[in-house]
Amino acid sequence: MAETTTDRRTFYLSVVYGLSAIMGMALGIPALLYLFVPPRARQGNEWVDAGDVSQLRPNVPEELQFRRRRVDGWRVVSEKTSAWVVQIPKEGLVAFSPQCTHLGCAYHWDDSKKVFVCPCHTSAFSIDGKVLEGPAPRPLDRYAVKVDRGHILIGPLQKASNVA
Amino acid sequence: MSPSSGEKRVGRLRRIIDWIEDRTGAETALKTFLYEDIPASSGWHQVFGSVALFAFLVQAFTGVLLAFNYSPSPGEAYNSVRYIMTEVTAGRLIRGLHHWGASVMIVVVVLHMVQVFLWGAYKKPREATWLAGCCLLLLTLAFGLTGYLLPWDNRAYWGTVVTTQIIGSAPIVGPYLTRLIGGSGGVGVVTFSRFYAMHVLLLPPLTMLLAGIHIYLVRKHGVMAAPDDTRPHKKFFPEQVFKDTVAIFLVFTILFLMAVLVRIPMERIADPTDTAYIPRPEWYFLFLFQTLKFFEGPLEVVGAVILPNLAILLLFLVPFIDRGRAMRVARRTTAMAIVAFAALGWAGLTAAAVATTPKQAESSAAAELNEPGAWQELAPEDLAAVGYFRAENCANCHAIGRQGPAPDLTSIQIRQPSTWMLPHFKQPAPATAPPVPLSDAQWNSLVAFFSKMNEKSAEALASAPQFAVDGAMIYQKFQCGACHQINGVGQRLGPPLNGVGMHRTRDWLIGHFNDPKKFSPGTIMPPYRFNEKDMNAITSYLLALPK
Repeated sequence: MAETTTDRRTFYLSVVYGLSAIMGMALGIPALLYLFVPPRARQGNEWVDAGDVSQLRPNVPEELQFRRRRVDGWRVVSEKTSAWVVQIPKEGLVAFSPQCTHLGCAYHWDDSKKVFVCPCHTSAFSIDGKVLEGPAPRPLDRYAVKVDRGHILIGPLQKASNVA
Repeated sequence: MSPSSGEKRVGRLRRIIDWIEDRTGAETALKTFLYEDIPASSGWHQVFGSVALFAFLVQAFTGVLLAFNYSPSPGEAYNSVRYIMTEVTAGRLIRGLHHWGASVMIVVVVLHMVQVFLWGAYKKPREATWLAGCCLLLLTLAFGLTGYLLPWDNRAYWGTVVTTQIIGSAPIVGPYLTRLIGGSGGVGVVTFSRFYAMHVLLLPPLTMLLAGIHIYLVRKHGVMAAPDDTRPHKKFFPEQVFKDTVAIFLVFTILFLMAVLVRIPMERIADPTDTAYIPRPEWYFLFLFQTLKFFEGPLEVVGAVILPNLAILLLFLVPFIDRGRAMRVARRTTAMAIVAFAALGWAGLTAAAVATTPKQAESSAAAELNEPGAWQELAPEDLAAVGYFRAENCANCHAIGRQGPAPDLTSIQIRQPSTWMLPHFKQPAPATAPPVPLSDAQWNSLVAFFSKMNEKSAEALASAPQFAVDGAMIYQKFQCGACHQINGVGQRLGPPLNGVGMHRTRDWLIGHFNDPKKFSPGTIMPPYRFNEKDMNAITSYLLALPK
């Protein structure tokens, strides 16, 4: 008699814990996916026209303005942005993201010293984006860039680590 | 003999539990809760309360998750819900659980009440428990009512218009209630904010408070025993907990399957000018909707306000009307008859409501979530150009959405002048398949389409459904635009065709094409006897036009 009661109790307990665990997972796993897996991207890589390539002179960076669409949650915003574009003879056409890799300040080209200078914490970058001095942790970030029928097309941002 | 490692572990766990117990008393509290005495007669019929509590917790959990990706303002709300449904990982499932969870919650709460009613478990001293339960039922309905508006689609908007009108028709308090829910100037941004605030700020704490009181009262009076039950009491844990868990699991499985398998209704964004829309409430309110139809003119207030409130009042008064001695459930025939009568009445009214409400015109029916709908805003000529592009197999080289042999026309900006385009279209490249013969007018619309290429036309090029493209091609071929207007393009000799699906059915359109004079006496439109395929395409296209 005592043994059947124990058996039954064990059965009850294992069903209670087992079913609770299944339901916990059925709710918990989707919740984790929902919170941590990034949403499906709506727009693929987009190439934006940033102007005529003939306006560039070798080794003179120009800040080119263009509009690009950015997916922001359920919105697609069209925003004005810019890139520092330079024709480097041995590397070809390069487009840098206009933000310092230290804390995101806007830097500029100092034509007398031939370096990019960030006014915030005096980071300096060479014409090909390498850190020359200051606290910047990595070279300037680059956009994918190509020329199509004489037009500069700016693509997605590439992290500095991909650039080598 | 030294203790084994297993015993050591148990010893350590015990110490941690003891530490917590000394500081909080949590273990004693839990044990008191679990080892409550319940009558030997308790069993499967008493699981509904636990299931209702569980359903509420699922709603709270999924509701918080939805709020993480939801924007509570009209317009934005609709887009964010679409975003949850189509882009957020597991978003469709989470919304499914919340949407169908509302229905499950209603069903479970009603079953819980029916059980308590049949067994007469509301009798002295449990009247207060019953009253708290009635309040919880009303709160559950209020959740359903306020949550209905939040996706801000046509269905939500028009359903709420009716609700606010009913609330406003209440004698004396009507205008004040209307002001309270922000419905004075019709359903709008204020109504939306009030419904949202009620749904997420007011109702949840109120429900938790009342559920707390309800559960406290259940524990205070104990679970009701059957009148002839003289057997010794048993403990709530583990046997009744086992039964509750199994019942919860069954309901959860049903809910989960519904969330995965059943499509959630999602219509076009709320359109307050859509006068052809036929609003209807959620299924559990359909019986009220039908009751309304029996009362017209000055009597409407009876069906809309007086009867429902009388029913609620009666529900609250049940323990004070039935004050007789407790009886075994099998002998409570009056209670059974009342439940059967109510169930039949409810089912009959609901069935009548479903049967008598006309089907929604095709275009107002659920907007396909995966179709962006950019094509709906194009002029017929441009949409037809998409068709020529497809018929010409241009995409063999100009792949859409990926890199092909020739540029992807949806992702680059086209800079070729239109004078360059026409020769290019007519003789694309040496090795392509022989060109499909197009008329000069058709070539020109292709040129026009690509000369003014923008985001919308790019999206349409990639995703416009073939039926719409076919329809637009027929529309162009028969020069319907010489008399009609679509999306602002074309003449106004005949009626503009936008939104024609709101008030015409497919059968009507087909009949009208075949014999216009029969359907619109005095019309100058000649008959068009399309073959079946073309007829299908043109009518589908017309029915899908936006307003």
